[in-house]
Amino acid sequence: MTQTTAESAARKQRAQIRVRTLRTDRWWLAPAFTFAGLLLFLIYGLWAIFDKSYFVDPYIAPFSSPCLATSCPEGARLFGLAPFGDWYTLPPGILILGLPGGFRLTCYYYRKAYYRSFWLSPPACAVAEPHGKYTGETRLPLILQNIHRYFFYFAIVIGLILTYDAVLALVHKPAGLGSWILLANAVLILCYTFGCHSCRHITAGRLNHFSRHPLRYKAWTLVSKLNARHQQFAWASLFSVMIADLYVRLVAKGVINFPFA
Amino acid sequence: MERHEYDVVVIGAGGAGLRAAIEARQQGKRTAIVCKSLFGKAHTVMAEGGAAAAMGNVNPSDNWMVHFRDTMRGGKFLNNWRMAELHAKEAPDRVWELEAWGALFDRTKDGKISQRNFGGHEYPRLAHVGDRTGLELIRTLQQRVVALQQEDEKLHGDPEAYIKVFAECTITRLLKDGDAISGAFGYWRETGDFIVFDAPAVVLATGGIGKSYVVTSNSWEYTGDGHALALLAGAKLINMEFIQFHPTGMVWPPSVRGILVTESVRGDGGVLRNSEGRRFMFDYIPDVFKDKYATTEEEADRWYNDQANNRRPPELLPRDEVARAINAEVKAGRGSPQGGVFLDVSSRLPAAEIIKRLPSMHHQFKELADVDITKEPMQVGPTCHYIMGGVEVDADTGAASVPGLFAAGEVSGGMHGSNRLGGNSLSDLLVFGRRAGAGAAAYVDGLPKRPTVTGVEEAKAEALAPLERTGGENPYEVHHELQRTMNDLVGIIRKSEEISEALEVIEKLKERARNTASSGSRIYNPGWHLALDLRNMLLVSECVAKAALMREESRGGHTRDDFPGMSAEWRRKLLVCSAEPDGTSITVEERVQQSMRGDLISLFERSELEKYLTEEELAEYDAAVKES
Amino acid sequence: MGYKAKFRVWRGEGGEGRLEDFTVEVNEGEVVLDVIHRLQATQAPDLAVRWNCKAGKCGSCSMEINGKPRLGCMTRMSTFEESETITVTPLRTFPVIKDLVTDVSFNYQKAREIPSFTPPADVKPGEYRMQQVDVERSQEFRKCIECFMCQNVCHVIRDHEENKPNFAGPRYLMRIAELDMHPYDVAERKESAQEEHGLGYCNITKCCTEVCPEHIKITDNALIPMKERVVDRKYDPLVWLGSKIFKRQR
Repeated sequence: MTQTTAESAARKQRAQIRVRTLRTDRWWLAPAFTFAGLLLFLIYGLWAIFDKSYFVDPYIAPFSSPCLATSCPEGARLFGLAPFGDWYTLPPGILILGLPGGFRLTCYYYRKAYYRSFWLSPPACAVAEPHGKYTGETRLPLILQNIHRYFFYFAIVIGLILTYDAVLALVHKPAGLGSWILLANAVLILCYTFGCHSCRHITAGRLNHFSRHPLRYKAWTLVSKLNARHQQFAWASLFSVMIADLYVRLVAKGVINFPFA
Repeated sequence: MERHEYDVVVIGAGGAGLRAAIEARQQGKRTAIVCKSLFGKAHTVMAEGGAAAAMGNVNPSDNWMVHFRDTMRGGKFLNNWRMAELHAKEAPDRVWELEAWGALFDRTKDGKISQRNFGGHEYPRLAHVGDRTGLELIRTLQQRVVALQQEDEKLHGDPEAYIKVFAECTITRLLKDGDAISGAFGYWRETGDFIVFDAPAVVLATGGIGKSYVVTSNSWEYTGDGHALALLAGAKLINMEFIQFHPTGMVWPPSVRGILVTESVRGDGGVLRNSEGRRFMFDYIPDVFKDKYATTEEEADRWYNDQANNRRPPELLPRDEVARAINAEVKAGRGSPQGGVFLDVSSRLPAAEIIKRLPSMHHQFKELADVDITKEPMQVGPTCHYIMGGVEVDADTGAASVPGLFAAGEVSGGMHGSNRLGGNSLSDLLVFGRRAGAGAAAYVDGLPKRPTVTGVEEAKAEALAPLERTGGENPYEVHHELQRTMNDLVGIIRKSEEISEALEVIEKLKERARNTASSGSRIYNPGWHLALDLRNMLLVSECVAKAALMREESRGGHTRDDFPGMSAEWRRKLLVCSAEPDGTSITVEERVQQSMRGDLISLFERSELEKYLTEEELAEYDAAVKES
Repeated sequence: MGYKAKFRVWRGEGGEGRLEDFTVEVNEGEVVLDVIHRLQATQAPDLAVRWNCKAGKCGSCSMEINGKPRLGCMTRMSTFEESETITVTPLRTFPVIKDLVTDVSFNYQKAREIPSFTPPADVKPGEYRMQQVDVERSQEFRKCIECFMCQNVCHVIRDHEENKPNFAGPRYLMRIAELDMHPYDVAERKESAQEEHGLGYCNITKCCTEVCPEHIKITDNALIPMKERVVDRKYDPLVWLGSKIFKRQR
């Protein structure tokens, strides 16, 4: 609306500053940490999938729960079931890994984290990205991020199973450090899961009249509180799941073997 | 030179300007909005409290008559009563209309617009959005303009066919054809190129004059442009001696000096102390208020919890009383290190409570001054806030004495009398913005033919002068000296000798301003812009000083140390400023104020009127009461 | 108290220009805008800078200070070391008019592309009844002071000029969210948010939220909820199926 009378080419130009950023702070620190954290998780995950010592009664490692293959030890099976037949011989973790993995991959927080740290789009605010073209999430494959809510539905199931695992462990071994670690992990996972932006939308975010739906509004306020800490819960649960998983495996391998392990 | 033809040109894009433009466009007039800043940045955004409108949402006893009475009382009966009447009657419709344009006010439990209490208003009356009501108002009007443009795009294929914003464009002269307005001359701030508007009607909505003072809550735009343009076009200014000083502005750090500290800090328990730690307001309770305000700290402190059985703390005296008290303490050498006094809430309320009740003040001090008001006192002092005076207009149409010239908002005078109530400015903008827009549209309809533009070359020469001089005065220095002069000599407390001294300085500054030189090109050159604005600030300052010297009484926003009392004789008189067309000198004349209409004056009790009116007027009152 | 600070300020008309060095006095309690004003009054009278309220309420003095988008009036000098050289440049995403002043008309153009508030035809002024909880979300977005720093920092257009025609930017996507959440608005906004205003370009990297001087949670409260509303309309097969069946029944 501001009318510009001079139409010369120079007047239509941005400031020709030929450096990527004039930021003087350590803007690269946050993406570097994010990169390292996520990379660590990926490497650990890859190892954990193929590691066979995922069960030691009453603990099951979170990366391999629910255990649905016939190769799973009796006690590790969810409700004693093994719905997959003998034909399935790969590690059982692979069967379910896509669900929590997909949830985190399409999560609105993690998207920010890896777009910034892996894809450098942008690496930090007011730091130019190295790509010549950008279409964001307007086309395949990134348009698929929009199915996040389906992963959320599955993530609830996984979260509940992990809680069930933890409670079961606690019942069988109330004095076991592992039981409490599993419980802490389950709580963080649930906090992360229910703080999800899709969850916030589903509870009441999609409504325009909170006042006509007091219960859903109440749920929305609770979810909103968790959602405000979604980033913190994303990291806390990422590390808690790794720690819990590693702990169980170390107990299973006998590396950790004090009485209350 | 760029030329545009419009039916109505609105100068200023604050609340009044936008509302006027919307009205003119809705009446089918081709309308231009010209503003010095970007669209949507006007000073209206600074208004915090709310818009006063007797909707009666919170207290159903409220109605226009109560609001009218409050307004007249606040203005110490010097108000243009017809304006006060229209304002009180129409404010609710203007607020509701905003809601239909998308404004989201805070709500009551039953879903209506919530209203809050404010000084001088008998009932909760201010429609508000937290403490950013001005922003909501501007944004809503801005978005209404956009909505009209979208309509025009559908109808005519051009969004700017009927209403166009000329942002960052300054008008320096109104152009005339004989006696009547025929257009306006200005320059683009961006390019320095000149622009001429060919228009039979001009609405002034340029706001106030605060930039003539050092300590002010006003922004750089408030250079009194509209006041000066009107004067130079032959219109009259009234009530220019009345300037409202808000008692609590920030005094530190320098960058935010003058920025408001809301009244609710004191309402919520904040106390004023001098450098000796004394709650000095107890020493400044005037006799007329003796029975309404606490005389001991104990009683004052009980009031916050039990308002029925205790008298109010003296910190809550009217704005002018508090401002004067602070001024006196500082002058007596008991001020804070940076020249204010201490406003302390940290020792009065727990930190969490302060953050809950005064979130924006906590934020403002934290971000701007690095002061945590939950831990340490604030430093505050009076700040130039609002000018009650302005262009003399017809209440119903906003028309000034020059045919084709209209004014609304702070630039117009009369509505608020000698002192404005908080919350009455936002509603003033809406009510009289609309009326001025409609008045301009009706005026254009009644014209037999369009006037012709004259005087463009003279205006151009005047605008170019500072760039063509070399080695002249630095405009920043002249401006600074004017600000200091007005602040020190025509400030809150005025004395005959000081005002006379100020007038001498203004004469000298006028000479120096004629010799200012600005280096650099015409492209976005702030030095040049300031040199041009100086003319306006000097004209307006001269009006303020001359009127202040003449009015030998103290009333509302005009306090004379040498005439401390209020005089019923002076209440009947308005001081009217006019200028020579070349702007060389200002004349101030007395004019008798019209008596209030019978049905309006009989809304008051005789006992109240006795404090303000002459015997003669009281006789008129008795006759009016008998008649009704 | 006072000290001499080293400033590097972008000077130039249009895009061509250079960083010019200044040494300028700084007093206690000052902000960057004060120092720019001192430069104007003492060393560079024609230095162009846009400003207005000086209290962080109007959003005029947006600039980049040491590479970060900031309001000049809200950046205290005490946040810098005395020895530090402070670099001040104009917003990068918009064409420069002169020095620190940019042509922000892009934003006003985008504002005009968003359909205005559309209430039902039968509600008259004065009849609106809304609960506080129902207006609170939109009220947060209406705190916006239009400083355009979110528009400036968003990499979608900052790094890719070619996206400007297709992307409304955070401020105006937030405006869409504000209207879509308004209890009385009846216009269709979800489909158009994605198709016409480029919501899909947003990859929620949150720089808009980071720079917002009003601390509006633009990403979490406006953009993501709007993305979810778009999913309802366009991408969620179940919701889509449900609405088809429901429509047929009606």
